[in-house]
Amino acid sequence: MVKYENVTVRYGSHTVVENFSLEVHKGEILGIVGPSGCGKTTLVRALGGFLNPDHGEISINGELVYSKSKRINRSPEARRLGIVFQDYAVWPHLSVWDNVMYPLKKRRVPKDKAAEMVRHALEQVRMKGYEKYMPSQLSGGQQQRVAIARALTCSNDLIIMDEPITNLDAKLREGMLDEIRMLQQRLQTTIIYITHDQEAALQLCDRVVIMEPNGRISQIGTDEEIIEHPANRFVFSFIGVSNFIPVVERAGRYYLWQVKEELCYAASAPRGYLSGKANVMGVRPMDIVFDGASPVKGVITQAVFLGSLYNFFVRVNDVELRVQRSTLDSLDGHEYREGETVGLRFLNEKYYEAEEGEV
Amino acid sequence: MDQIVLNHVTKRFTTKTLGTVTAVGDFCLNVKEGECFSFLGPSGCGKTTTLRMIAGFEDLSEGEIYLGGKPMSIRAKNLYVPPEERGLGMVFQAFAVWPHMNIFDNVAFPLKVQKRPRAEIRERVAKALKHCSLDGMENVFPSDLSGGQQQRIALARAIVTNPKVMLLDEPLSNLDPKLRESMSFEIKKLQKEFNFTIIFVTHDQSEAMALSDRMLVMDMGKVVQTGTPTELYNKPVSRFVHSFLGQSNFTDVDIIDGRVYPKGDHSQPLGIAPPAGGVSTMALATRPNTIDINHEEGYQTKVLKRAFLTDFTEYIVAIGNQALRVQTPHRNMFRAGDSCYLRFPNPIWYESGKDAADAERERRTLV
Amino acid sequence: MKMMFHRTNKDLARMDGKKFGVDQIMTVLCFLIMTTVVILPVVMIIYNTFWDGTKLDLDMFARVILREENLEALKNTVIIAIFATLFATIVGVFFAWLLGRSDIPLKGLMRWLFSIPFMIPPFLAAMAWDMMFSGRGGYINRMLMSIFNLKDAPFNINTVAGIIVIEIVYYFPFVYMQVVSALERMDPTLEESARIAGAKQWYVIRKITLPLTIPAISSGTLLVLITSLSNYGIPSMLGYSKNIFTLPTMIVERVNRAGGDFQGIREATALSVVLVIVVSIALFVQRKLLKAGRYDIIKGKSMRPAMIKLRAAKYPLLIFSIIFLVLVVLTPLVIILLVSFLRAYGLPFAFENFSLVNYQKILIGNIAVTDSIKNSLFLGFGSGIVCLFLGVMLSYVIYKVKPKGSGALETLAVLPYSLPGTVMAIGCILAWSGAVFGITLYNTIWIIMVAYIARYLSYTLKSCSASLQQVHLSLEEASRSCGATHMQSLMDITLPLIKPAMVSSFFLVFLPAMRELTTSVLLYGPNSRTLGVQIQQLRVNGYMTQAAALSVVTIAIIMICNGVVKAITKDRKGV
Repeated sequence: MVKYENVTVRYGSHTVVENFSLEVHKGEILGIVGPSGCGKTTLVRALGGFLNPDHGEISINGELVYSKSKRINRSPEARRLGIVFQDYAVWPHLSVWDNVMYPLKKRRVPKDKAAEMVRHALEQVRMKGYEKYMPSQLSGGQQQRVAIARALTCSNDLIIMDEPITNLDAKLREGMLDEIRMLQQRLQTTIIYITHDQEAALQLCDRVVIMEPNGRISQIGTDEEIIEHPANRFVFSFIGVSNFIPVVERAGRYYLWQVKEELCYAASAPRGYLSGKANVMGVRPMDIVFDGASPVKGVITQAVFLGSLYNFFVRVNDVELRVQRSTLDSLDGHEYREGETVGLRFLNEKYYEAEEGEV
Repeated sequence: MDQIVLNHVTKRFTTKTLGTVTAVGDFCLNVKEGECFSFLGPSGCGKTTTLRMIAGFEDLSEGEIYLGGKPMSIRAKNLYVPPEERGLGMVFQAFAVWPHMNIFDNVAFPLKVQKRPRAEIRERVAKALKHCSLDGMENVFPSDLSGGQQQRIALARAIVTNPKVMLLDEPLSNLDPKLRESMSFEIKKLQKEFNFTIIFVTHDQSEAMALSDRMLVMDMGKVVQTGTPTELYNKPVSRFVHSFLGQSNFTDVDIIDGRVYPKGDHSQPLGIAPPAGGVSTMALATRPNTIDINHEEGYQTKVLKRAFLTDFTEYIVAIGNQALRVQTPHRNMFRAGDSCYLRFPNPIWYESGKDAADAERERRTLV
Repeated sequence: MKMMFHRTNKDLARMDGKKFGVDQIMTVLCFLIMTTVVILPVVMIIYNTFWDGTKLDLDMFARVILREENLEALKNTVIIAIFATLFATIVGVFFAWLLGRSDIPLKGLMRWLFSIPFMIPPFLAAMAWDMMFSGRGGYINRMLMSIFNLKDAPFNINTVAGIIVIEIVYYFPFVYMQVVSALERMDPTLEESARIAGAKQWYVIRKITLPLTIPAISSGTLLVLITSLSNYGIPSMLGYSKNIFTLPTMIVERVNRAGGDFQGIREATALSVVLVIVVSIALFVQRKLLKAGRYDIIKGKSMRPAMIKLRAAKYPLLIFSIIFLVLVVLTPLVIILLVSFLRAYGLPFAFENFSLVNYQKILIGNIAVTDSIKNSLFLGFGSGIVCLFLGVMLSYVIYKVKPKGSGALETLAVLPYSLPGTVMAIGCILAWSGAVFGITLYNTIWIIMVAYIARYLSYTLKSCSASLQQVHLSLEEASRSCGATHMQSLMDITLPLIKPAMVSSFFLVFLPAMRELTTSVLLYGPNSRTLGVQIQQLRVNGYMTQAAALSVVTIAIIMICNGVVKAITKDRKGV
């Protein structure tokens, strides 16, 4: 559907994206996630035709729309994309109806057919009955729906959403996400979803691209691949809260660094341990479980109820670990309090090479 | 001892479009010394107005306010102690650090007002800055700093006088999410160190739950429920509180012959006891993370979609012809399309459809 | 992000495949127009001051500066400007605080009173004050003399001190406007946090409120300083009869005395260079004094600032303020109105002395007067429309196309704003008297038009660019991706969105053009008198009452147009 090949974008001497290649399949929701400044918006703008890459090719639906070497550059209006912007970009001087109608007018769609398409689009985003409203009379969420409807009339097979829910408040965000997913399932549109919010991307997208701050792709994969098999330390720490604990191996036994020798946590090589290197264990708060039988002991310094889970800070010698427990598990069990000594067991831990100064 | 007492505090405004509006109605509150108490509610619910009345920036239409046992605002006697004499610390949403002063002068300001000796000022400012991890930055101007650091200045300025009561007015809302969490843990640490009573105003339930010993939920000027975070989360009195305090599923159910079925699909009961005196159509409220999804026991149904999130795996499952969100920390139990079983250990019942409060809220937003 | 915006539209243009698109044509046009309208007059002034023909001639400049009457004028200009600025600032800040931060009643009324001086041209205000306090002839002076049995007039306004006082009462609303809007925009929690920290009201005002409004105060002060330095209307109305000159009035006097002799015009040119130097020094000093930049005050939730209770001081302050404002703002208007009905100037205000004869004379009989009304309307509409289109084009080029040199373009466009009107007029005389392209506009209405356009272009530019900058890039990109070409997207999205700003920017030019005197007094010819010139002429020739009547007509036109603007901007929709 969309293909980036070796795309490079530079601003002056600063390279934002280098040799970026990516293929988006028809009918999928593809998330592009990365910290701010990683070049995700640059990619959208290059696709939309609002900036020219310094190198590489972009094609949409099999048609080359930009190629530096072949001197091809289709203007934005010829690329037929629907774009949903973070700040809605609903035109404030046009009514809801006129906003959604605009792309059809520009493409000279016959009036009857156009009116039918506008009605259909507004129905899809549940904005029927608001045709005569001006954008200033609508809430943020409603404006964003209008923007989505407009993107639908722009193009029904490819929509790009650039941080579409970031400006909405938390409660609305969740509902909007569900709606985007249902819309996509109904219409089978291809969606490229740009965000810095990894949770939203994992929830919504079929595949997720994780980008590093330097504009390179760290990993492309399904939600499962990214959570279960993060490609590197950056992905692991980017997608959620994590503990990093230096570990050492001595005579086939594995110890937490700076923790007394008695506190060996594994008697045999753990899966993924990088032998011969300085290791750091990465483990998610949810993957540290309380287990009295474990030799690793710590003291709870802070216990906080967060609704969906309990959050603990557990001090093991010099290291403060973050541990989480789901509310369901806590419902029938023992209530852990501040000051209590607990045993800790690690699940699904990952091993990465230690950075300088860590060990 | 009760550090903060509010008796029947009421505040009415008259506006052109709405007429007379009761921003805060008959508000009663006792906050114990050293307690962290949160006011939680959507914007416009009156929580900030209440806080501003405690601070002394607003007068009351009715009622009285005591701090540390001393009367501060007594409507009947028309007594108002001005804000500067209430001995409070306060942190605002927009930081409110003074851009024309450097960090030292910002934090030293309350002590300079009190005309403390120089050496003492220097010492106490240094201590406050250290606790807010700002030591060594005395000569920096706020405009060169990030939002998080500016909020630290505001915190240091608030604690430098060792106030008994600290008022926090959405102090974390202007910070980015990752910072927000660590800041809230820091505030908790400061409280332990300096031992003050906190009133914390927010619209973010996770902040409120993380920080508070007790909290209350406000809606349209009225207190809806007061209690510990666990009480409020597990036993919300209304649909509004339920959905405000975290993710919620509201499933419409039919109750027939003492059995509970998803609305419109009576092929299989949900396997929970109906509420006492239940009407035939009710809303079953559940939280995604307190539904037990398993392989053998309970209501049998199908997984529609699965998403791996960082802390949980999220399943959207069918329940009759409705959808239900389930989250579990256990990974890789089901794929989309698999059949699964659900148990509901903690069912909460509400009347089906919108309640009166929802209708009123809608009316107000339309105006 | 910023870098991205920087490139965007250039890229867009490039992408359209045309090397010479709409954007490029507009850019070239902008540079051409700015060169002829702004650079040319300025260059001509410098050239004529320091060069005689092709040889450098500094003697004339030195001679002009050192002439005693010119030195005197320079001294007067500086003294008047310094004192007027100082006191206008104090009074303006006081009222700004009173209305912005205290619970004084009747704020609506006072706000309205503050808006009036903006509508009345300075020379009309000065004329009214002159009618009240000019020696023994002034109406109020005569009244006071008869009440208190005085032998001499208690006030004499035709002095440097008198000019200072009138400039203060005329200019303090400018400071007030700047400061009150800063106070309103300021986050109230900045002051509240100081209260919580234990500071008393007065301490908060001194240590927090005042320092935070310094940028606004200083920009108000600068505005007053520059306007006062370059003001022609007030000193000419009040000082001319007593031979008190300032630099601007001296420049006009030189040109008049020269009677077309080129050497005389060169001397006026040299004086205007002196005036520009004084203004530049003022700008420089102000910048030095206020190195600290603008503070970036983040706004929190929108909250009405807590109003400070004045308690016992409330009513005394209220009475004082109302009396002061009414005296300063309304009495001049009332006097002009009364005089306009008098059969003859000097008669007491009694019913039997009133008639409409003055209006009859000026509106029906006097061709010169009716011509001046027509001229001013023509100039107002003409320059308004031209400035409007130029302003839109310039702001689009500067903020959206961003060609190389857009910074220079912006500087050029706002330069005439800080150049005194007299100087601009001299420049126009030099440039358009056949000196350059052989085009002679002198003595025609067109030279006034060109001068107005140069002077007022910055008004529309500011208004349009502020509005244009709010049209976020994504609004245009959305329309491009919807299938609109660059041109279509301009016409369908960008222009409609800035339409309200365009309408009000037209009036921003039309209104001052209607009441202009400073430039037109130097440029008018026998058939191109403006309203301002005509009023001054009537007065100089002794037709006081008719001058007053024409003033009333002028003020009426201005007030009606002002009402129109308010009605338009009130229900503005858009960004």
